[in-house]
Amino acid sequence: MTRPPDERPERPERTERPERPERSERDRGDRRGRSRPPQRVRVTAPRTAARPVAGSLSPRREIDEQTGVGEVYMRSLTRSQLRLGVSVLAVVALALGSLPLVFSVEPRLASMRVLSVPVPWLLVGAGIYPLLLVAAWWHVRAAERAERDFAEIVERR
Amino acid sequence: MSPGSTWPAVVAVVLVCLGTVGLGAVGLRLARTTSDFYVASRAVTPRWNASAIGGEYLSAASFLGVAGLVLAFGVDMLWYPVGYTAGYLVLLVLVAAPLRRSGAYTLPDFAEIRLRSRAVRRIAAVLVVGIGWLYLLPQFEGAGLALHTVTGAPNWAGSVVVAVVVMANVVAGGMRSITIVQAFQFWLKLTAIAVPVLLLAVAWRADGAPDPASAGQPTVRRETTVRLPDPVTVRVEVPVDVVVDGTVDGRAVRGPLHLAPGAVQVAGGTTITLPAGAPVPHLDDVSGGSGPDWATPFVGSTARDHPLYRIYSLLLALLFGTMGLPHVLVRFYTNPDGRAARRTTAVVIGLLGTFYLFPPFYGAMGRLYAPDLLLTGRTDSVVLLLPGRMLGEPWGQIASVLVTAGAFAAFLSTSSGLTVSVAGVLSQDLLRGRLRTSVSGFRLGAVLAVVVPGLLSLVNVRTGLADTVGLAFAIAASTFCPLLVLGIWWRRLTVAGAVSGLLVGGGLAGGAVLVTVVGGSRSGLGGALLAQPAAWSVPAAFAVMVLVSLQTRGSLPPSVGRMMVRLHAPERLHLDAAGLPPDRRERVTGRHTPDDAAGDP
Repeated sequence: MTRPPDERPERPERTERPERPERSERDRGDRRGRSRPPQRVRVTAPRTAARPVAGSLSPRREIDEQTGVGEVYMRSLTRSQLRLGVSVLAVVALALGSLPLVFSVEPRLASMRVLSVPVPWLLVGAGIYPLLLVAAWWHVRAAERAERDFAEIVERR
Repeated sequence: MSPGSTWPAVVAVVLVCLGTVGLGAVGLRLARTTSDFYVASRAVTPRWNASAIGGEYLSAASFLGVAGLVLAFGVDMLWYPVGYTAGYLVLLVLVAAPLRRSGAYTLPDFAEIRLRSRAVRRIAAVLVVGIGWLYLLPQFEGAGLALHTVTGAPNWAGSVVVAVVVMANVVAGGMRSITIVQAFQFWLKLTAIAVPVLLLAVAWRADGAPDPASAGQPTVRRETTVRLPDPVTVRVEVPVDVVVDGTVDGRAVRGPLHLAPGAVQVAGGTTITLPAGAPVPHLDDVSGGSGPDWATPFVGSTARDHPLYRIYSLLLALLFGTMGLPHVLVRFYTNPDGRAARRTTAVVIGLLGTFYLFPPFYGAMGRLYAPDLLLTGRTDSVVLLLPGRMLGEPWGQIASVLVTAGAFAAFLSTSSGLTVSVAGVLSQDLLRGRLRTSVSGFRLGAVLAVVVPGLLSLVNVRTGLADTVGLAFAIAASTFCPLLVLGIWWRRLTVAGAVSGLLVGGGLAGGAVLVTVVGGSRSGLGGALLAQPAAWSVPAAFAVMVLVSLQTRGSLPPSVGRMMVRLHAPERLHLDAAGLPPDRRERVTGRHTPDDAAGDP
């Protein structure tokens, strides 16, 4: 597709330029008689050059225009969320799913007591709920972090 | 129950019903537009919403059924509440935020938005109505049981009371009112189950803290007379001398009778009086074995064979079925955005986990103070009976009133939620265009949603409350779970795949449910497979959905990419998503527009 000319990304230093002389003036005032301040040499060019294709679409446009790059952005979000969800489920399923097996292999657990409650009753009746709650909160935080990362990419320009 | 304690319980039932209707009336003043009726204009805060989900979800099965199952079958039944809670974790990690972002009102909405297909929508609508009715049935049955237990009223009376109150409330107020009511109901239910536990624990300690898992048969504390209304097989573990008035093993008996170990056939209408301290014979299909057996995994529930398979299949049904329950999902649309939907779900897990600490205690105390329920089979009423049996006045009455109020709160809230969602689907998909306004369509839908299961509940079907609910979970897990999970995470789902998966999953699980409910539970591996179908019907539904989608990969629904943006991208980024024209986007992102606040002109 053709890109409207106003979409061309602006170089950041252009907007900062008015400030720079002032700062240099002040610096010079401090260090009169020394060589040129190093700020003159500093350029933001490397960052600009690191951008994939100079002047390409912003991530937001890539997603909105349904380009291949946009789809990569979306896939990276859904993949990371799915991976997160599946790993949380795997941990919980392992904990939950192993208990019946343990009980069937070792029925004598029932005669063991903690606080005068048989161990299986304590584990299934009370012990699992905190685990579920911790897993839930952990997932909420991680999923929100993944969304924040995604939002940062989309809003970068 | 002594006659003196009947009136306070009746007052409690009346108060809960009036409170529900009253709060509904307050909400009615606020509910004006169609959008208000369906999803409270999406303006419900997460904390209210979490309480409301909890209030809606804790049904007769949770409030009465779990304790009843623990009394009847022991430790293995603790997996029911674990599954009820863990289902929200699965919902949280796989479904909550994307589903909210889909912007759908109902499950059929989601099916249509994701796949752009009226056919999938119609199948989903039929499934919602079926699951809703199956889930409403035990609520009405539980209400009948509860009212019978506390007042001796006939079984149909409680069903009618709950059906009428729910219908009136939903028809008049819609969901905004119900959000308030539901949140209130959760805290009422938590109080109603927790406070009596404290009182019962004090009484139990004062009694010397007898061990419910101690050796020997459960015994009645004082002379107890039970009436068996239906012909049953009774198992005698320890020889016992009883007084019988009726027919035992085909022989008319009127007077003392010695029961030797073994099974005896008791005719309907027989009365059995157990002397104080007598070991209790029990029904053939509950386990009334010794304390250690009852407390040991896989031993206490030997009345049900293949316990390991049953537990795993049950867990699968509960974990993956929760996301497919219509009344749970509709509640998610009232979250302002996907992030709030996630947070709400996490809070729900905390609320439910707290609630479910308490019901098993009733089951354990029932072994000591209400073992005669093992003979009558009415174990689901143990929560209602214990306070009167264990506590002296006035605490016994106070606690009785509390648990009765809590039980009715459970029936009313779950039935209301189910009625709202079934009514929504009925009016959108079956009655659409046949009535002048969508509000009157919703009202007609509400009437239909209640009347059908209400009538069905009058037919006496003997399955436990938690068992029937488990079957509804199994159907939901075999149908909506694959649709939601694949629809949200898999781009290549096609209409043909979704349709065949829904039909296969629904057919398999629904068929198994029908055989179990109509034909009664059978023994052997076949019986276990039919009673707990999830372990094979859920994978089958997933497999069919995936395989058929791969076979029809040429017919992907349009703009799957934009659909993924809509389901997964945070709302605040305002990315261009499928099917979201600017005006609709406002609503979906949950911003409160002046239109919503002002209501109809």
